[in-house]
Amino acid sequence: MSAYSVNEPSGRQKWIAGTLVIAYALITMVPLVWIVATGFKSPADAISYPPKVLFEPTLEGYVNLFTTRTRQTEDYLAANPPQTWYEEIVRQYDMVIVGPSRYGERFLNSIIIGFGSTFLSIFLGVLAAYAFSRFRIPLKDDLLFFILSTRMMPPIAVAIPIFLMYRQLGLSDTHLGMILLYTAVNISLAVWLLKGFIDEIPREYEEAALIDGYTRFQAFYKVVLPQATTGIVATAIFCLIFSWNEYAFAVLLTSGTAQTAPPFIPTIIGVGGQDWPAVAAGATLFLLPVMIFTVALRKHLLRGITFGAVRK
Amino acid sequence: MAEVVLRDVTKVFGHTIGVDGIDLDVPDGAFVVLLGPTGAGKTTTLRLIAGLERPDRGEITIGGRSVVGETPAQRDVAMVFQQYSLYPHMTVRENLAFPLKSPILNTSPAEIERKVAEVAEVLQIPHKLDNKATQLSGGEMQRVSIGRALVRDPAIYLMDEPLSSLDAKLRSELRIELKRIQADLGATLLYVTHDQIEAMTMATHIGVLDEGRLVQFGPPREIYENPVSEYVATRLGLPRINLLPAGLFGGAPSGAAHIGLRPEHISLNGEGGKSGTVTRVEHLGDQTRVHLEVEGHVLTTLADAHSTLDHGDRVAVTPHEPLFFDAAGNRVV
Repeated sequence: MSAYSVNEPSGRQKWIAGTLVIAYALITMVPLVWIVATGFKSPADAISYPPKVLFEPTLEGYVNLFTTRTRQTEDYLAANPPQTWYEEIVRQYDMVIVGPSRYGERFLNSIIIGFGSTFLSIFLGVLAAYAFSRFRIPLKDDLLFFILSTRMMPPIAVAIPIFLMYRQLGLSDTHLGMILLYTAVNISLAVWLLKGFIDEIPREYEEAALIDGYTRFQAFYKVVLPQATTGIVATAIFCLIFSWNEYAFAVLLTSGTAQTAPPFIPTIIGVGGQDWPAVAAGATLFLLPVMIFTVALRKHLLRGITFGAVRK
Repeated sequence: MAEVVLRDVTKVFGHTIGVDGIDLDVPDGAFVVLLGPTGAGKTTTLRLIAGLERPDRGEITIGGRSVVGETPAQRDVAMVFQQYSLYPHMTVRENLAFPLKSPILNTSPAEIERKVAEVAEVLQIPHKLDNKATQLSGGEMQRVSIGRALVRDPAIYLMDEPLSSLDAKLRSELRIELKRIQADLGATLLYVTHDQIEAMTMATHIGVLDEGRLVQFGPPREIYENPVSEYVATRLGLPRINLLPAGLFGGAPSGAAHIGLRPEHISLNGEGGKSGTVTRVEHLGDQTRVHLEVEGHVLTTLADAHSTLDHGDRVAVTPHEPLFFDAAGNRVV
């Protein structure tokens, strides 16, 4: 064995590496754990000082997150005993549930806008990236630079022009408007990332498919796309994370119909101020879709499907 | 199968000429080998016929039909690439079936099944059919890649150094196999290589390319024995042809600048030979290569396997069947 061969790390090295990774993970997870925990606290526990690490868990935050409530007279409360466990939770504040909150809608808006813009970014991005990768396009480099240049300042810097344009076009507070806006922001990332991935796929594969009797589009669809899966998944995750978490434009451009969850969550008001357990519950649930999406696709992220396919 | 004809085909890439006014006739059922160094235009010629490149000038016909305006799919050609041969996201079976499933061929599933099994048998890969393409060795990959061409019955098979990346044993096996398949099917084949054994053993015709021009075209023996230029003479033959000043052995025709002597056309210690010295002897097992010096010029010849010649021996050198070339490298008769 030469001095340059790559050895399996020793047990000790693995132990040290493992410890460091776990320690780092624990530190970064503290805020997350705190949010999840706060979701199960009572409002009093949530703001107690010193902060409570141990507490009696309650679903009050989740009930408050999904409901709107109103105070009622003692007579009314006595005449209408609570029917369900969640009504009972509300009763301790002499309140009754009068209907669902808007969280569900906002969450659904986030899903529609987040996944819609991700899909659109990837769809347009793959086509553009393929064209940039394979065809001779006049001013190709300038076009690519232009696409990248849209990310050279923070998107919020153009918030006012976009606000005015959207008002004129009737796109303010619409799902379509938000999908287009997030797509516009994501598309440069998508084109550049995907172009890199497609550049890596040798064009001999498509040429073989052309000779095997397929059209250019069929060759793209049957030969290039399957091999670009890893890149598409990675890009989709980046796009989704951006549009899912975007706050500033959502605050500015949405209010009634198309408001997403991020601007909605901080506005949850409880008795006598911010309802922190409900806010934390909303944030916890809001984390789940991106987590599920990423975990479900991680197999594609880790597997370089074309490795070893190429004779060198 | 069909005849393929190129007339005055020219392709320029930026400032470099890919092919320069090539006229080439690939007769129906022929096995044509294109020879030439890197950059001579061999691969470009194949790509022009396949439709992966568009000629700047000239006409290409397949079976009498002009194909210049057609897509690769419409041309009905099969091609084996030197590299990146298999679709990595498919199994071997899917790879072999891929051309048959194309909208142009649109083969029935039963027929696909039958052809894939047949080709797998010929290439000795039936047990690998359900492997991913990426799980094959280099030799297996290239066999599947050849198989992907053989499942079809195209107008012409185009092969771009299909055996160059294989080890010697597999290469010689596949060489024989390819030749047999071609003879059995009566297939028309245009084959690019720079391996002279492949060229000599498989070809019915050899075309020699030099900087994008076709400099000689004919049967292998003719190319070997009757080259039109020094360039063609040096393309075939191992060890290479000896090129020496024309007057070294006397009897040169007027205008000749060089004499070309194949190693096997030099006999040692015959009557009236020119005196030379042995500088090196290489015993290769089946033959012996003898390096000589004659009046300061180096040449190589062959002797029998058990030759007792040794470094420093004096020998008489006699040329046979000399080829003469002028200063520009053209043949002088």
